[in-house]
Formats: sequence, structure tokens, C-alpha cells
Amino acid sequence: MAVKIFFPTCCSAAESGLLIGRWISEHRSAVVLATLHFPFIPGQVKQYLARLQQSTGLSLSVLGTWSHQKAEKDEKMQSFLDDLSSIFSHRPWLRISREGSSKFWGCSIDRCDNEDQKEVVLVYYDEKKLMLSELHSVTENSEIASVFATVAKSRPLFATHKYDEGPIKLTHWQSEGVEASIIVELVKQASVPVCAVLSFLVSLLTSVCNLRVLSGKPLSFLWNKLSTSEQLGKRLEDIRLVSSAERAKDHIQFMRKSNTVVSILLDMALGILLMSWLYRENRISQLADTLMPVADRVALELQGLLQWLMGAPAGLKMNRALDEVLGRFFLYHIHLWISYIRLMSPFIEVILWYIGLSACLGLSVALSILSDIIALLTFHIYCFYVYGARLYCFKMHGLSSLWRLFRGKKWNVLRQRVDSCSYDLDQLFLGTLLFTILLFLLPTTALYYLVFTLLRLLVVLVQGVIHLIVDLLNTLPLYAMVLRLCRSYRLAAGVKFRMLEQQTGKPLRLLMQINPLPFSGVLKSYMLPSNQCCPKDSWGSLCRKLFIGELIYPWKQKGNKQD
Amino acid sequence: MGTKEFLDAHGEKITLHQEAHSVSCREFSVVCPKLSVRSVTSCTCAVWLAAYAIFAYTQNTLVLSAAIICTICGLLLYLHFMKIDQESLLLIGSLGIQLTTSFASGKESTVFIEMCRVKDVVINEAFFMQKVVYYLCILLKDPTDPKEISEIVPVFQSSKPRMDCLTDVYRSCQEILSVKSHNVATMD
Repeated sequence: MAVKIFFPTCCSAAESGLLIGRWISEHRSAVVLATLHFPFIPGQVKQYLARLQQSTGLSLSVLGTWSHQKAEKDEKMQSFLDDLSSIFSHRPWLRISREGSSKFWGCSIDRCDNEDQKEVVLVYYDEKKLMLSELHSVTENSEIASVFATVAKSRPLFATHKYDEGPIKLTHWQSEGVEASIIVELVKQASVPVCAVLSFLVSLLTSVCNLRVLSGKPLSFLWNKLSTSEQLGKRLEDIRLVSSAERAKDHIQFMRKSNTVVSILLDMALGILLMSWLYRENRISQLADTLMPVADRVALELQGLLQWLMGAPAGLKMNRALDEVLGRFFLYHIHLWISYIRLMSPFIEVILWYIGLSACLGLSVALSILSDIIALLTFHIYCFYVYGARLYCFKMHGLSSLWRLFRGKKWNVLRQRVDSCSYDLDQLFLGTLLFTILLFLLPTTALYYLVFTLLRLLVVLVQGVIHLIVDLLNTLPLYAMVLRLCRSYRLAAGVKFRMLEQQTGKPLRLLMQINPLPFSGVLKSYMLPSNQCCPKDSWGSLCRKLFIGELIYPWKQKGNKQD
Repeated sequence: MGTKEFLDAHGEKITLHQEAHSVSCREFSVVCPKLSVRSVTSCTCAVWLAAYAIFAYTQNTLVLSAAIICTICGLLLYLHFMKIDQESLLLIGSLGIQLTTSFASGKESTVFIEMCRVKDVVINEAFFMQKVVYYLCILLKDPTDPKEISEIVPVFQSSKPRMDCLTDVYRSCQEILSVKSHNVATMD
């Protein structure tokens, strides 16, 4: 197997000296981290390396020599470099030499284990990018992963500065200083008290929420049904996560925290934008003025629809008496609804004004409130749907059991199966009569059921879209996406190699670059946990439920949303 | 090392470039047939004629501008995401195998598979629509059990070269892989 030398690009112009790095024997690869310049005292170098080894936990050593001849050949230097191999006893001993500004370097390996294989592959890499990037989807004993880990762990080595006085002069990557570091420092200082205040507020709010009056039976039932309270709870949990004083343990937790911070900030910013739009130019009262006529209009349309159903809808001939009864029943309901709305109308503007204030808590909270308002305002549609569905369900069950009777079978409850059964003539007669009646009445109920189910589905669809937006605001990993966009090397899916120019007789030259994680991968690995349970029903089971008239529940019961 | 012309599974001409960078490092790249001007023109013409027919019927100029925007966006998306210009396989004996797909717009997507995950490179046959096609694929080891195969990565998936081209690539790959496996055997 060839020997691979990972060489940092920033060291290629360095003065002659020693190569410092790590030898990974299982992959036969050498990761060069820095070059050490003359003059040095070998004892001090060994001490320095021992100290580094303690702080980094890596077995760093002098891997070989690096000679960079800028001008004419220096024989003395050459022999001196050769002598160094007797002082530092690393196996194998690398010798890399570069002449002038030539692209093709000479590499030779001494004291190699098996002498016949001396093929060398030179892989150039960017120290900064490798150090900062986080490798995803790592397999066990992967060579690339160990190179990444080596560079990332040797951060203390890179901390020494080029102009530092000391016995040892190194060339390696070093940061040019963080831009606007004063602001960063100030923010860091300010974040500690802010976090403390936030966590105090959160604990206060949690203790208020846990009071017995609020968590008692009637109110807790109400809280569970409202999506607003759920959203508020989720945000509270987020703030608790962000303001906790303990440091993020690993990369995933750190990303989760920062994603949460960015999502909260964006949410608040959008909410405040919405608020500034709402409270300008008297928009609230305009909204209130339009809301009432819309509700009235909906009620009127519904009335029209019922009148149409009570006649001969689409040319269908319904059962007159049943049609009349059902129609009147629903009309009375609408009447109740209209009077309820009329009663509310003077207070709508005030209510809207106060609800608009909640937008400062975030757009997601405002949207959840909107969803709750829609649920409240379309309560009559929900009621119609439930009545229709119950009637239809009752009929379907009756029909199915009577159909069994018709065939001489019955449902055995104890064994949970259909058994054959011999009925009397009277039973059969009555059953058949009832079956016929139910069958002929079915179209009327089915029509009412169909119309109200469609209305209900429309409302559920609107609410589903709103919940989808809220869910996106809650779970989108915005920080990770911005990081991927601006510093694509920070999230690495792997590496890619580029072939550089080759010359026969010289080692193979490759450039190792970072393969950034695709956006789908970013979404997959950094999506924040969502509070919304995924709908358990598939489309098929939803259709089945609709057909047999089972209720698809409103609000926040599990598995109600069809999107 | 050289350039050879072959046919792909649909009977169109493709070229295979082989380059040996060193003893244990080879690069194969298959250049797919270029996008023909005729098909682009006919597609565009068809869309525009249809749009013009609708325009003549409805007298709405929005249809024409929508058709123009649709064709431009469609062409861009096609070039950026679907039209593959070149597929290459870089085999570095001691490091691994790199698959690069370059799209017509210049976008490149690269996958690098480390040598420790590669079990073998084989030629496989498969049903594609109503034909039997051969394809080169890389077998990946299962990390828990090195004797088993966990995944199959097909190579030259869009250009679909014929058997003669694949055998050329396969032989060169096996030369490098056998040296490597021999080394591993002697080291053990």
C-alpha cells in the first residue's frame, strides 16, 4: 500500500525544517500539521511535543524533514538534514524536498517496514477548513475521518502565533483574528445576564401554569384543545433550552441550540413586522368591520345551501319528509349561530385589538391564534358535520347488520366473527322491512353528510395549511442552512479529490477538498423536533373513515390533519 | 492513456477517456452524447405553437409571455439538473474511488468512497424498460459484517455504456484492486 502524506497548503512556502504531525499506521498515512524551523534544540522540540501530546491527546511526533531550496543547492544543509534522522527516531522517516518554486516535490521514505513499496501519494489540504468542518455520515475506522479528527484535535498547536517569542518556530495555519471581535465579546458578556433573566421568567411562568386552578379539569381540557396553548408551550420549552446555562456538549446539541435561537428570532421579527402592519392606519377596525359581514355572508350562503338541499338538489328526488326535518333542524342551528354572532359584534374590534398584541410573541403564535379563531367561527359547520356523520354512521351500521340478517348470518360478539344463524320468519320479515326503509332513506342522509363533510374538509384544509406554516417556522434549521450557504465547508458530507498536474518519477499529487452537505441532508440531520404529531392516517384510511361515517376529529386530536 | 469511441445502450455514440496518472491511480470518464440542437428547437417550437394557438383562441397575451418564461426556465432546469455531460470514475489505489457527475450547466456532484468500504467492482446485468443492460457497480462492505454487502453503487448510470466499454473499465479497475487486495493479504 502506498504511503499517503496529507500536507497543508499553507506550509508549502515554509522555510526548511522538520515536519510535525501524526502517523496513522493502520492506514499508512502521515498527517503533517506544521513545519518547524531552524534553529532549534532537539531536546526542547521533544519536550514541546510531549506537552502538546498531553493537551491534545494525539501522538504527535517529528515525521521527517522538509527542505525548501530557494536558490542554489546547499550541500551542507542537505547533509545536516540527513543527520537529523538519527536524532529523531520515527519510523518511517519522510523526506520532502522542494526546489525553488517548483510544483513537483521529491519525496522519499526511509526506515520503511516493507521496503519494496515506496509509492507516495501527496495530498494537499486546507488546514482551516478541515479544522472547522464537521464530517457527517462517518463510517468506522475511516481514514478520512481520522485525518479530520487529527486536524480538529490539534487546535492548541494552531493557537501559537508566528511572531510569538519562544524556543520553537512553527509554520501552520493561524487565524487572522476574528473580525468585529469587540462586538462578539460584548454580546458574549451580555448573554449571561440575559439568559439568567430569561430562565427566571421561564421558571416563573411554568410555576404559574402548574397552579392547581389552571391545571384543573375544565381549564386543562380547554388548553389541550387550543393550538395556541400548544405553540406557547413549545416556545417556552425552546426558551428554556436556549437559556440553560450549561454548555452544548457536542456539535448536534450546539446546532440544535443555535437553530432554535435563529428560529425564535425570525419568528419574533416576522411577528413584529405583522404587528407594525396591523396597528397602522386603523387596520384593526377595518378588519373587524369586514369580519362581521363575512360571517353573515357565510351564514346566508349556508342557508341558501340548505334551502337548495330541501328542494330537489341537482334533480335528485329525495324523501320529502326526512329532507324537511333535517333541513329545518339545520336551519334552526344557523339561526342560533347568527344571533350568537350579532351578540358578539360590538366586542369584535376590542378582542381583535388585544389578540393582535400577541403577535409580538411571534408569527407562529399569531397564526395559531388565527387557527383557533377559525375553529371557533366555523363551529356551526363542525356541528353540522357531526350531526350528519352520526346519522350516516348509524344508518350504515344498521344497513350492514340487516344485510347480514338478510343473508342468514349474524355478528358473534364473543368470538368476534360472523356466524350463520337461522332466523324466524317474523324476524326475517321485520328485518327486511327495516332494511328497505333504511336503504330508501339512505340517499337523503348521504347527501346531507356529503355536503357537510366537504365543508368541514375545507375548514380542516385551511387549518392544516396554517399549521403547516407554524410547523415550518418551528422546525426549519435556519442556522444550519445559512451556514451551508455562506460557509459551505463547515458541514461536510465527505471529501472530494482533484487531480493536480503530474510528472513521471515524482509522487502523485492530489488536492483534497471538502464536499459540502446537500441541502436535503442539512434538513434531514438538523430538523428541529416538531410538536405536531404526524397524521397516522394514510389517505386510504381517511377515505375509509369518510365512507363509513366515522368522525375525523377537529382541533388537535391525533391523526386528524390530512396534509 | 487514450480515447475510444463506444455505443451506449440506446445506440448513441459515447467516448471513453482513460488516463493513468500513476501505477495505482486511473481516471475513466465517459462523455455522454451532446444535446442536439434539433430536439431543443423542436421542443421550443412545439410549446410556442401550442401557446400561440391558445392565444389565437383566447386573445390573452399572458399566455405568450408565460410560454416564453416556461421554456426558458425549463431549459435552464433541464441543463442544471437533468442533462449529464460527463461521468467519471477516479480510482486511487490507496485512497478510494471517486465518482463525479458533471451536468451540462457546469454543476458537479461528487461522491467519494473510501477503500475500506469497497468490497469489489463488478459488472451486473439488469432489466431496463424492455431491455437487458449491463452496468458497472461498486459493492460496499457491510460495516458490521465485512463478508456481507450492504450497498450497491452503480457507475455510469446515465450514459449506460455497452458491455465492451464496461469490460475495458472493469479490467483496469481489477488490475489496481487486485494489487491492493494482494497487499492486504501479505500484510495480514
